[in-house]
Amino acid sequence: MSVSGTAEALHEPWRSLRRQREGTSFGTWVFLGSELMMFGGLVLIYAVNRALHPDAFTAGGRETSLIYGTVNTAVLLTSSLTMAVGSEAARAGLRRLALRTLLATIALGCTFLAVKGFEYNEDIAKGMIPGPGFPLEEPAAQIFWALYWIMTALHALHLTVGIGLVSIFTYQYWKLERLHQSPAFEGTALYWHLVDIIWIFLYPLFYLMGRS
Amino acid sequence: MSGLGENLPQTAREIWRRAVPVWAALTLLLGLTCGLAFVPLGSGNVMVALFIAVIKALLVAVFFMHLIRPDPLLRLAGAAALLWLLFMFTLTFSDILTRPRPMQPGTVTPRTFDTPAASGVRAF
Repeated sequence: MSVSGTAEALHEPWRSLRRQREGTSFGTWVFLGSELMMFGGLVLIYAVNRALHPDAFTAGGRETSLIYGTVNTAVLLTSSLTMAVGSEAARAGLRRLALRTLLATIALGCTFLAVKGFEYNEDIAKGMIPGPGFPLEEPAAQIFWALYWIMTALHALHLTVGIGLVSIFTYQYWKLERLHQSPAFEGTALYWHLVDIIWIFLYPLFYLMGRS
Repeated sequence: MSGLGENLPQTAREIWRRAVPVWAALTLLLGLTCGLAFVPLGSGNVMVALFIAVIKALLVAVFFMHLIRPDPLLRLAGAAALLWLLFMFTLTFSDILTRPRPMQPGTVTPRTFDTPAASGVRAF
């Protein structure tokens, strides 16, 4: 639904830009609801297994890298700030600010993925892959680590999609192919913030267990 | 272009002024939860960590995702998702936490005793 340079941002079937914007936000929220269901299911698996094997989960949690995890949380929270400012600046027609903060969002998203890559590298070097030769004694610690890989990888996939969306819309905006009134910025921002919220919950589940 | 949120922030200064305090609070809470993880509180550690996570998520949802704006449609859509999650967790844990011990082995945890040989007598 790209908008040509001369056309209005408003298009069929909407009668007003306000309704169009609300429609975009509503549609995104419904989609985010389905995302919450998916991650919620995985968190439920984590919660049930943690209730059944509390000691193994603390032992498994002690092996994750707290430094990488905390740095990445800070990076992602900051990217939410730039994304929020970027979408608001676009709505208000502040082109320079919007372009700068959207670019900062893309850069912070890439930083997160890079740090995650270093962290995965360290995890693999430590042999934290469930299966034969797993370094921890407790069998259920492998469940913890299986969930770690699945959930953080799924989150990274979502962030990659987010970076792609922000990049496309920022490029179109820079090229004057997308008007600043476009509701796409707000829709993308909602998605980005949800990916941030999911990480806010993954952080205590995977990085803060068994530290005391 | 009527009703486009004329009361929403229009200047860069105003936009930053609304967003930065939320980010500062989030960063502060991140430091707090990271520090508290090293304080031995027993099972309280998980509670504290999750409680702080909920506050952080609420900050993002209310301010960054604009649930603070009076739009009932969006608030309902967000609340509906939480409602289904609540059902899922409540129903699952009402099962898991109330299973009597003898029923547990062989279902969700590995079997630790032998099944009694069939005696030909019905239990019920």
